Amino acid sequence: MDYERIINPVVSEIKPSGIRKFFDIAAEMDDIISLGVGEPDFQTPWHIRQAGINALQNGKTRYTANSGLKELREWISKYIEGKLSVKYDPLSEVLVTVGGSEGIDAAVRALVAPDDEVLIVEPSFVCYEPIVRLAGGVPVVIPTKEENNFRLTPDELKSRITPKTKLLVLPYPGNPTGAVMEREDLERIAEVLKETDIMVISDEIYSELTYTGKPHVSLASLDGMQERTVVINGFSKSYSMTGWRLGYALGPAPVIKQMTKIHQFGIMSSPTVSQYAAVEALKNGENDIEAMREEYNTRRRLIVGGFRKLGLECFEPLGAFYAFPCIKSTGLSSEEFCERLLYSKKVALVPGNAFGESGEGYVRASYCYSVEHIKEALKRVGEFLEELKNENKG
Amino acid sequence: MNEKILKLLSKNARYTVEDLAVMAGLSEAEVKSEIAEMEKDGLIRGYKAVIDWERLDSAKVSAIIELKVEPQPDAGFEQIAEKIKEFGEVESVYLMSGGFDLCVIVKGRTFQEVAMFVARQLAPMQYVISTATHFILRRYKDMDIELIDGKTDDRETMLL
Repeated sequence: MDYERIINPVVSEIKPSGIRKFFDIAAEMDDIISLGVGEPDFQTPWHIRQAGINALQNGKTRYTANSGLKELREWISKYIEGKLSVKYDPLSEVLVTVGGSEGIDAAVRALVAPDDEVLIVEPSFVCYEPIVRLAGGVPVVIPTKEENNFRLTPDELKSRITPKTKLLVLPYPGNPTGAVMEREDLERIAEVLKETDIMVISDEIYSELTYTGKPHVSLASLDGMQERTVVINGFSKSYSMTGWRLGYALGPAPVIKQMTKIHQFGIMSSPTVSQYAAVEALKNGENDIEAMREEYNTRRRLIVGGFRKLGLECFEPLGAFYAFPCIKSTGLSSEEFCERLLYSKKVALVPGNAFGESGEGYVRASYCYSVEHIKEALKRVGEFLEELKNENKG
Repeated sequence: MNEKILKLLSKNARYTVEDLAVMAGLSEAEVKSEIAEMEKDGLIRGYKAVIDWERLDSAKVSAIIELKVEPQPDAGFEQIAEKIKEFGEVESVYLMSGGFDLCVIVKGRTFQEVAMFVARQLAPMQYVISTATHFILRRYKDMDIELIDGKTDDRETMLL
């Protein structure tokens, strides 16, 4: 069989993640100190795991309603109203998905028709562009700049809007930068959008992990924005539940209705045991979030302070669990930096350009690791920078 | 008093002033003076290593002793607790709620030694009504630190 001819070219033309090869090398090496993983190192809190076990013991082994357990949708609605001051009807405006990723995919497919343009704010999580392409849409990248704290500015947004623009993907708090958008920033973006029919996918999966001292502000909570926004959130980051594969989408009923159709035919319903565990998370998980956020914040200060002490400029990340130091001063590209660091010091960081061209000159360091692990990694990065300096002198 | 520093030190008493400063978001000078003050005030009582004694051939044994005690007018349990804490064999003394009064953790070289200490020193003390000795057979976690090896990072996904 000539699979190259058979396979859908839209799919085969999607580049596999550019750094896959890089990590295959890392995976083969021993004694690697990695700051590469973007998933919490904490275990799911025990009471949540217990709720999953109970669900199994009680025989909760069948499908749920397509859009998710009614009880869970009600708890999600209650939680979101409490946290973000936005009301969603659990029956028509909430869809429980297989992680946030499925919600993004369903939202894009529900909204984007062939040749529609989708604005994607970068540097950002790697899934948006491929998902848009699979839906037949045209990704239009909006690079953000460190001088603007990697926030999207109204001018950057305006300059990319065309009559074909259908959708904006707004990922804050952001991976890999750790950037957040504060209320005033969002208001300026909302002003631009309200003049248009553009919809927004606001990927707020890191909403519980902000270190501004203020609660996260959802785009949907701004005046006139709920009707234009599909909010993506989930349990993976806030409750350390990545492997349970559970997220949700919130949006206007007509959009959620179409997304539910896609979900129904592609997925059926999200994992039942996970949904029962998620109910427990929402009911009794507030203290867990607090404790994890505090621990992340300690590590955040350690890693950001550490990079700065080593002489690397490091943007102050106010959300998620990544630091995004600038490595331009070394004269190396992001990939060269990471590759040489990996070979000479066995430390794995992710090159910033993996998250879009605007990430070039930066590297992503996750702080989902113990303090000791982070300190060892910083020590080795320090040695590496020292060796680079000497090399350049010589 | 600085709770952030206390929390960090309770995790690892060997963090350097530099580490503590960056993690707590304070200056090094502030960390130093806070610690000095908390030591002076007796809020911080000491710094010790958490040791997995079972790895040594000369392993030590420990036992938890439940003591029922007749409380004294005026002094309650204080007086006897004061006396018990003076023994070198005694690692900890706690006043308890529930079915007994004092919990005493005793260490020794052998089971025999600990048992004899209880029989000869604790049990005959005035106002001690009864003792029950429970030997610790294995420690899985001590002072928040796990004593079991073999935990590895099993996260597989790199790009999320």
